[in-house]
Amino acid sequence: MAAVTRIRSRTVSLPATNIDTDQIIPARFLTATSKAGFGKHLFADWRYDPQGNPRPDFVLNRPEAAGCRILVAGRNIGCGSSREHAPWALQDFGFDAVVSTEFADIFRTNCLKNGLLPVLLDESTHEWLLAHPGVEVDIDVEHTTLTLPDGAAVGFPVEAFAKYCLVNGVDELGFLLSKDAAISRYEQNHGKVPG
Amino acid sequence: MATPPKTMFEKVWDAHVVVPETPDTPAVLFIDLHLTHEVTTPQAYTELRNRGLKLRRPDLTLATMDHSTPTRTEQVFGGAPIAVDSAAKQVRQLEINAREFGVELFDLRDARRGIVHIIGPELGITQPGKTIVCGDSHTSTHGAFGALAFGIGTTEVGHVLATQCLLQRKPKTFAINVIDDLPKGVTAKDLILAIIGRIGVSGGTGHVLEYRGRAIEKLSMDERMTICNMSIEAGARAGMIAPDATTFEYLKNTPRAPRGADWDAAVARWSRLPTDAGAFFDRSVDIDAASLVPMVTYGTHPGMVAPITGSVPASGDAVFEKALKYMGLEAGEPIGNVPVNNVFVGSCTNGRLSDLRNAANVLRGHKLAQGVKMLVVPGSQSVKRAAEAEGLDKIFTAAGAEWRESGCSMCLGMNGDLVPAGHYSISTSNRNFEGRQGVGARTLLASPQTAAASAIRGRVTDPREFS
Ligand code: SF4
Repeated sequence: MAAVTRIRSRTVSLPATNIDTDQIIPARFLTATSKAGFGKHLFADWRYDPQGNPRPDFVLNRPEAAGCRILVAGRNIGCGSSREHAPWALQDFGFDAVVSTEFADIFRTNCLKNGLLPVLLDESTHEWLLAHPGVEVDIDVEHTTLTLPDGAAVGFPVEAFAKYCLVNGVDELGFLLSKDAAISRYEQNHGKVPG
Repeated sequence: MATPPKTMFEKVWDAHVVVPETPDTPAVLFIDLHLTHEVTTPQAYTELRNRGLKLRRPDLTLATMDHSTPTRTEQVFGGAPIAVDSAAKQVRQLEINAREFGVELFDLRDARRGIVHIIGPELGITQPGKTIVCGDSHTSTHGAFGALAFGIGTTEVGHVLATQCLLQRKPKTFAINVIDDLPKGVTAKDLILAIIGRIGVSGGTGHVLEYRGRAIEKLSMDERMTICNMSIEAGARAGMIAPDATTFEYLKNTPRAPRGADWDAAVARWSRLPTDAGAFFDRSVDIDAASLVPMVTYGTHPGMVAPITGSVPASGDAVFEKALKYMGLEAGEPIGNVPVNNVFVGSCTNGRLSDLRNAANVLRGHKLAQGVKMLVVPGSQSVKRAAEAEGLDKIFTAAGAEWRESGCSMCLGMNGDLVPAGHYSISTSNRNFEGRQGVGARTLLASPQTAAASAIRGRVTDPREFS
């Protein structure tokens, strides 16, 4: 995985709360067997009308959304299905970070495993960002701060190991594989029949 | 010194720690059972192949096909091809991966095939005290046996395939104390919908729920699975129920349960799992079961739920208004007035034999209301055979419903079983998200009894009218 240290971009706001992963990428697009190409189906049922034409009023279809790498979403994004296709679609579309006040557990994990940064902010900063789409913010992953246009830096939590992996481009599977001896010991102590 | 009292979750967690967590690194947690299906595994196998890795424990891994598989008999057993091309390709890819990596696979025509969360318990490989994962959020279902079971993404599926372990931070615990008994005519589905309505769709985030109390102890295993299944709908990592005589009775003589002396040893071990008196939960909530009535959702997430005797509530919130607009409903409208065009009985929430019996008992001797379409999809091939042996299929087809082969089907509409746009679908599944059952479909979640009663009247109907 490529290292993620700094994300500097204008934001796009999607104020809906409880955006579930079925909205991020509807199930009918999950039959693909590779990770590529989900971006065109991102938010498909909100983005396109039944004939497949882009809905001009949907934020991601508006010209000012082009090139934005930071999505500011309403509270509790990513609930529902465990589909990792959701972060794949967000990344393939061009997002590097998702900002909210609450992330569903599996979605947050899936984002981190792919280098898509979940930025959990306090409510007042989040509210301000939602209300001011298009502002330029600067995210420092190592110091876990998001700097607003007025220069104020706001902190956000990222689990220590996940941050280490992001900043250094470390791959978690490699880390797990390095624990092979401990895993073998565990297996020997617990026999063939688990439980 | 005596060990401090532990919750059931902590006992299972502690027994599976390979490397303890530190401030810098999460725990390495051993996984006893890895269930897999066609949709969330292809990219994980690609990763293994790219790195030249093998499957560490094929003996702890099982694959089935459920999400994108057809439910029409001629497509499953006849010569008719799978309607959706990409789905057919995905199913073939699973066959290739299973063969190459040595995973036991219940393929399309296997008599043991079914929805992944239905077949684990049926086989008896879902057991108390195990850690169980699957690339599917409803893995929480298996917690009904006192297992620690949770959904993971595809990257983590790859981790488990390659190492049989996951990197995990220890979640918090949340006791759901269900006080008193459920009234007659009120089901486990109604109870879990009420719980989600109470704590909210993100109320359980970061927590493992433990459902406790007399009403829970009295539930059958099928009902306990319905409860634990929807833990994820409250945002929880997992849901658990303490194993007891009901659990052991269910597991005894299942095809892969321990036998003889191994069985006795297992029961002794499992009996030590329930939470110790005085153990600490990070959070708790009391739910009064006695005051509940059948529940139905009216919005676009499972927390938007109301008593069937009530009406659509009002809220000044824009998101709430948008949900009602999608549903074509207005605040103040009685739930019992909502029309029903489609009925779906099935899914890992309510696709087990007792669920089909409950729906059939309401439907017996009745016909579907004019214009209503009803699909009954057993949770597994074994549920299907058992239901047919009892003649349940005849009750459904006599009423005018369709009887299908097993699979996820209209729960998520990946296989072409879809609800048309604008139609109201009363469904025994677990998610009423926008478009979940088809673009523009309007899903109302309810119990099998409520679904069947509503099928007869063509509008949302309290099943207690039929008892
Ligand atoms: S029945 Fe529905 S919820 Fe259950 S595993 Fe299948 S798609 Fe997921």
